[in-house]
Amino acid sequence: MNTSALILMTISVVSIAAITVYYFIKVLFSKKQ
Amino acid sequence: MSTNKEAWGSRIGLILAMAGNAVGFGNFLRFPVQAVQNGGGAFIIPYLTCFLLMGIPLLFIEWSIGRYGGNKGFHSTPFMMHSLDKRAIWKYVGVFGIFSNIGIAAYYCYLESWTLSYTMHSAIGTFTGMTQAQVIQLFSDYISIDKATLIPFESIVFFIICLAINIFILSKGLKGGVERVAKIGMPLLIIFGIFLAIKAVTLKAGTDGAVNDGIVGLNFLWTPDFSSIWSPKVWLAAAGQIFFTLSVGMGSIQCYSSYLKKNDDIALNAMSAGWMNEFVEVVLGGAIIIPICIGYLGIDKIKELAELGGLAIGFKTLPYLFSQWGAALGAISGVMWFGLLFFAGITSSLAMGTPVMSFLMDEFNFTRNKSALTFGLVILILGLPTVLFFNQGVFDEYDYWTGTFSLFVFAMAETILFAWFFGITKGWAEITRGADIRVSIIFKYVIRYITPVLLIFVFIGALISPENSDWSGAFSSLFSGNGWPLENGSILKQLTNASLNEQIQNAVDSVTRDELITKKWLINGARALLLSVFLGISYLVYIAHKKRTKLKEENL
Repeated sequence: MNTSALILMTISVVSIAAITVYYFIKVLFSKKQ
Repeated sequence: MSTNKEAWGSRIGLILAMAGNAVGFGNFLRFPVQAVQNGGGAFIIPYLTCFLLMGIPLLFIEWSIGRYGGNKGFHSTPFMMHSLDKRAIWKYVGVFGIFSNIGIAAYYCYLESWTLSYTMHSAIGTFTGMTQAQVIQLFSDYISIDKATLIPFESIVFFIICLAINIFILSKGLKGGVERVAKIGMPLLIIFGIFLAIKAVTLKAGTDGAVNDGIVGLNFLWTPDFSSIWSPKVWLAAAGQIFFTLSVGMGSIQCYSSYLKKNDDIALNAMSAGWMNEFVEVVLGGAIIIPICIGYLGIDKIKELAELGGLAIGFKTLPYLFSQWGAALGAISGVMWFGLLFFAGITSSLAMGTPVMSFLMDEFNFTRNKSALTFGLVILILGLPTVLFFNQGVFDEYDYWTGTFSLFVFAMAETILFAWFFGITKGWAEITRGADIRVSIIFKYVIRYITPVLLIFVFIGALISPENSDWSGAFSSLFSGNGWPLENGSILKQLTNASLNEQIQNAVDSVTRDELITKKWLINGARALLLSVFLGISYLVYIAHKKRTKLKEENL
């Protein structure tokens, strides 16, 4: 895989996955259910 | 007055239902094709910028309008909009929030029925041993109605089955129907997506007939063409994709949110559902069809297929490619792929039914069963032309006016109403009340200034889209006195059937010419039908308003 494609893909995929998990965990551990 | 006693059972259920509303066919079929056609990996830059400046603000606006209206007893957009500003016009602007759901559901449920039928075909091994030409032929026969596939009139039978499933789930209400399906469907969709994505990216050239590694597909999709970032066409495509993928401008988010309590959180809920949709689209959607197709067919073929759109890849190509993995794995993968699309579809179509049902329950005291059945019957009647005249372009016509045009108009109007008429101070208080996260103050200014301007630009861009999307060429032509060269896909040219008229003029024989003239009649008929639906809903809103006013006077 070429470097620019790899960097773009990694940054995009990792950050979107991390933000999604972060917000979902915040909901799961929220007091208001 | 209202018989509407719906409520959400849990917060997770609401978020999964909202995410399910957003996750649709476009996440898997439209996004990768848009990325391929608009700069590859570089597309992610305008795409995420539009998500931050247009997508998230619209989610905040729609969740807020919904909760605000819901607390005043309104669960559909005409009266929600009217509760934000007392000018009568907003009630009728709010009609778009019912009309879009009916118009889109009419063709969307047909598409959904394809996935149901193809799940069954995959499970019983219909595609095993077929050549690619045979798989393509099966699809053509399926949508041609008159050709026999598995059973006579299969597409109509599955359309009706699909509607029956939707009616049944909707009749169980929010907690017992929509929420339950979302809690089962969304996790399954993500599991199926992860399985297919892993299988796709781990394809090995030389194994099971693959000519490329799956990584070659990822490399093709993500290799950036940074020069594309300066093209208005790419920004319009990115904005359009964000619009469709989040299901904003439809009225369904407002409806779901209207069943929240006054101090329930909306900021964290909106972010959680919105980002979940992005995960499914970019992470999973980007890792399935392109790597598999390039793995088996090569890069040149995928460029050709991308021109035909995601549907062609999803239904005409993938069943054949899955069969290369052997009978058992091919069947499992087919069931997972079409099952994933079915869950993506049904969670969205249920979100289209809910605002219509809420309107009937709120304003005309319909019971839940009666309103679900009414929705189903309306969709059956309105959807049949898309089934019977699919090849004549009726399906595309519905998609264009209800699934594209109406969404932009409504989103523009609601943003202006929320930020300028209701007022950003009150609007911001709505967004942040009960919030479980701190919402950056930047969004207050983005919602007031940037989002409306961006939406107006996108709308104007679609209205006067120039030939070959060459904006600089179009301006040069305008300033040199040669006028603005409109593209046939622009709204203005669509209105006048410019492309079809050209085809009729250039038809070489009378049979082709007659077919095209019939097509034009059908397309104009579809428009007349949609317009009458819009006017019909407007009339119902007028009646409902009269009823409300009378009741208010009697109570005084």
